Parts: sequence; structure tokens; C-alpha cells
Amino acid sequence: MRPFKYVRASAPDAAARAVASNPQAKFLAGGTNILDLMKEDVERPNELVDVSRLMLAEIKPAGSGVSIGALAKNTDTANHPLIRKNYPLLTQAIVAGASGQLRNMATNGGNLMQRTRCQYFYDTSMPCNKREPGTGCGALEGLNRIHAILGWSEKCVATYPGDMANALYALDAVVRVRGANGRERTIPIGEFHRLPGDTPERDNDLQHGELIVAIDLPRSPFTMNYYYLKVRDRASYAFALVAVAAALEINDGTIRQARVVLGGVAHKPWRSAEAEAALSGKPASEESFRQAAEAALKDARPLAHNAYKVELAKRAIARALMRASRQA
Amino acid sequence: MNDDFDEISEPELTADEEALLEEMPALTDVGSARRTFLGQSITGSLGVFALMLLEKERALAAFEIPPDALFAPAPAVENPVKVVLKVNGATKSLEVDSRMVLLDALRERLGFTGTKKGCDQGQCGACTVLVNGRRVLSCLTLAATVEGKEVTTIEGLSGGGKLHPVQAAFIKYDAFQCGYCTPGQICSSVGLLAEARRGDVSHVTEDVTVTTTRLTDDEIRERMSGNICRCGAYPKIVAAIQEVHSDKQTAQLWRSVGDEEPTRERKEGKGDEAI
Repeated sequence: MRPFKYVRASAPDAAARAVASNPQAKFLAGGTNILDLMKEDVERPNELVDVSRLMLAEIKPAGSGVSIGALAKNTDTANHPLIRKNYPLLTQAIVAGASGQLRNMATNGGNLMQRTRCQYFYDTSMPCNKREPGTGCGALEGLNRIHAILGWSEKCVATYPGDMANALYALDAVVRVRGANGRERTIPIGEFHRLPGDTPERDNDLQHGELIVAIDLPRSPFTMNYYYLKVRDRASYAFALVAVAAALEINDGTIRQARVVLGGVAHKPWRSAEAEAALSGKPASEESFRQAAEAALKDARPLAHNAYKVELAKRAIARALMRASRQA
Repeated sequence: MNDDFDEISEPELTADEEALLEEMPALTDVGSARRTFLGQSITGSLGVFALMLLEKERALAAFEIPPDALFAPAPAVENPVKVVLKVNGATKSLEVDSRMVLLDALRERLGFTGTKKGCDQGQCGACTVLVNGRRVLSCLTLAATVEGKEVTTIEGLSGGGKLHPVQAAFIKYDAFQCGYCTPGQICSSVGLLAEARRGDVSHVTEDVTVTTTRLTDDEIRERMSGNICRCGAYPKIVAAIQEVHSDKQTAQLWRSVGDEEPTRERKEGKGDEAI
């Protein structure tokens, strides 16, 4: 690991200023992703500003919804009574990710900041536009079994590996961030992460030095019919090949509104407006779910080794919706 | 001798074993903790194994390694950070390179070599320790961030001459082969049991809105998925955790050569058992 200066931040504004004033500085919260990447020489900050002791860990009612502190641990968030009661889909998504130890370390803000990544990003002997812009993409014509089938560009075919953000997207969360000037702004979770386009080195919409302070959840109608389905190479402690955050509001057997967000298929959490439109006003039946799944994948562009993901995603969507509607 | 492992508090040693223990070099605090453990191991039917270790220690001690060899000053420190933390109840004051992770601080600077380095990148769980009572990966924890916190390693779980119930259960169920992942497995189990008592849910919990502290074997398997065991001792690890969790004692299933046959719950030949 390269040498870096360690600074313990005393307040959010001071932390934001410290990072903003050094282009090579980064925030440190749980450290589970950035330290790993620093050990591999993929991330090379010359300064880490430790924000883990800032008072940003509270989970509390806010308006008709709930505000989740950026520095609340994943474990504490998933198990908080307010979250389990009002946003059980979020609880399911968080505990589908990583391991018990990592969820005890990882913070909510840090979870959103984890890099979109693949093996070529980790392997410093291989080209990677995300790690070193302009060097090319090793995965595009390499081994791409786990890579994207939607929204990718010639520059990058990596997938966003997180689970928490998929559920947050389905729950219409808003990310609250604070800049070095002390001003706060909000970013809808769907605009927080980016598709690769020509700048795969940028995973999200934050400016350098902006600090996530909270994630706000509006009141949710999805407390009865929800399911987070994660399909992976082994039963636990692995990234998703395909994940589905499914939520339904059902009235007398008819779907009033639906949320379908896919993980493991694109550079960011992939919400399918097509699937949601296909479900709206339809009976909550397996046939409706299968049609929605077809709609979600109609524009899929698989790579050489991941065509299986198209069919897998369709079946995963249908199954997640069946579970959400309590028919399976 | 087979079924009462949990009840042993004071090691009962033969004269030969006492003599061996007496001859062991008193290297460090760690050494004395290990002596206690080895003493207990002897009484726990691991005598042959433990005696071999003692012989090795004796042979190594003959080289007369200077007592401070394990604690040689660290190489050049860049970006030094002062850290005061508690490890197994004792306050420790260190100046570390900002890059140093807790795992290396424990092993290389403080002599707590019970915590193991496996993958060193958060994928295997061998380095699991408890920080403020919660299980974390020491390989992905900067030592600088542990300022003011309490760390418990495998060395700190036993106390008063008694193994932690999870340690005793791991021995009873033979829940390891090579043993390299075992300190991490045990620390992780201790953290898991506390999480279950708190009512935490997992990926296999059917209804996450309901608080449940009952751990099925599936729940244990899922919650231990962050600890990889190359030897594949998983079934016995699950059984060991299940016994501590359910507090239902079962008979020890293995014995050393020469030991008496374990007492069975039901005697054979009574004629009331279906074959």
C-alpha cells in the first residue's frame, strides 16, 4: 500500500473541506472497499479523511418517512425497528450483501460509494478504462460472464455490485450530500450512480469533496408485497449474477403500482420503467409478471459469455414478483 | 474424561505433564496464555498433541532467542499515528504507520498471533476479531481507526482458567482440522451469538419484520458465510455453535486412542431399541 496521510475529521464541514482541498484525498468510513482497493494498488489516495466518528449515524423519523444517517452501519440499519417495519425490502437487500463482519463495518454512505468493479479493474496488469482512462477495456473481449447486459458502453461493461442501493431505488430514496461550502443538496438515488458512457472512471454524480450525510426515505406503500431476490454462484457471500428488488402495491388483486430494480446487470442499479408500466393496472398474476419480465429485458445486449443472464433475469423478475405477491 | 470437558476449570495434569509445563520457557504473556491453553488441552484428551507442541517449544527455546525478538522495532514508519486502544482488557499505546491494519498491529506489534492472516483482503474471515463486542475483519480495519476502542482476540475469550463456551464446543465437536481459520471462526461465532440474542435477522430469515432469536442450522450457515474453512469442517462448526446457542449439551462424539468408549445415552442389549 502506498503511504498516505491519515486525518481524523472533527465535523462534516471540516471533512468536506479537507477532501475538497486535496484532489488526491478520499473519505474513509468503514473502509471495506477502499482499503481492499488500496492494498491492490487500484486506489491510490495520498490522504484519507476518517469520517467514521462524525455524528451522522442516527436513524430517525423525518416527516412521514425515515432519515438514515450516512454513517449508520449496514447491520444497524437492516435491524432497526423503523426499517424492518416500514422498509422491509431494504432490510432484505442489506442482509443479502457481503458477510456479517463486513455489514458490521460498512456504513450506508460507504455502501453507496463502493466502486462499480470487475476483475479487470482489480488486476493492475490489465487495461481498464475505469482504473486508468484511455487504456481500454479488458472485459469487453475477455472473460465477461459476470458483466453487464444493459446500459454498457464500449468503455466499460462492469456491473454495480451493491444490494442496498437496488432496494433504495425501489423505495424512491434521496441522497443528502454536503459540500465544502457547507451547503446541502439532494440527489434522487436513481441519479446518484451513473452509466459508464465515455467516463467510466466516474461511478456517481458527487463532486470531489462532497460528503453523503443521510439517505432520506419517503413513506412507503410497499410494506406488504416486497421481495429481494439475489441469484449468485454460491448460496451466500458473493456478488449477484442477477438481483431483483421487487415491490408491489396490490388492491383487490390488481396492481396499483410496481417497482422492479435489477442488480448485477448494469453499471448502476437498473430500474425498469418498462416492467413497471407493464404491471400497472394488471392482475397480480404469474402471466402479468412474465410479461413484465419480457419487457424489462427486451433491449438487453449480452456479451460473449453472459447471454445466460438475459433468461436468468427474466425468470428472476417473475419469481421475485411471485414472492412479493405471496404466490410463491 | 470424555463427556465432562465443559466442567473442567482447573487442569489436572500428570507428574510428567507438570514437569514439562514447568520447564517451558516463560517468553511472554502470550506464552503463559498458551501454557494455560495447553494445560487445558492435555486434560481434554489432546494430551499427545499438546505434548508434541510442548516438546517443540522446548526445542525452539534451546536456540535462546532474545526475549524481545518478537517485538523488534517496526521498520521506518511513514505518516505515524498514535493510537491508544484496549486489547483483551489491557490498555495498549502504539505509534503506527497510517497504513498498518489492525491485524498486523495485533500480530507484529502486540504479539497476539492468535489472529490469523488468510487472504488479507476481506474474503476469508480468518482475521475476525471483536471490536467493541462486534465481529469485524481486522485486515480491512486501519489500526488508526481503533483509537479508544476495545478489541477482543481469540486470546481474550478464555478467562480464569476456563475456555469460552464456544472454544470448548469447538474442541468437543472436533470443529477443525488444520486450525488456521479457527480463531476467526470462533470470534465470528461469539459475535454471531450476540447478534442472535439481539434479534438480528439474516438473508435466510423468512419474515424480517419479526424478531427472532432462534437459530436454525440454516441460519447459522448463512451467518457464518464470511468464514471460509479450507478443510471443510463446516458441519461440526455448525454443531458446535448450535450447542452453545441452544444450551443443550450432547455427548462428545470422538475419543483419543486408548480412552474408554464414550458412554452412550442408551445402553445396548436392552432389547427396547429398533435396529
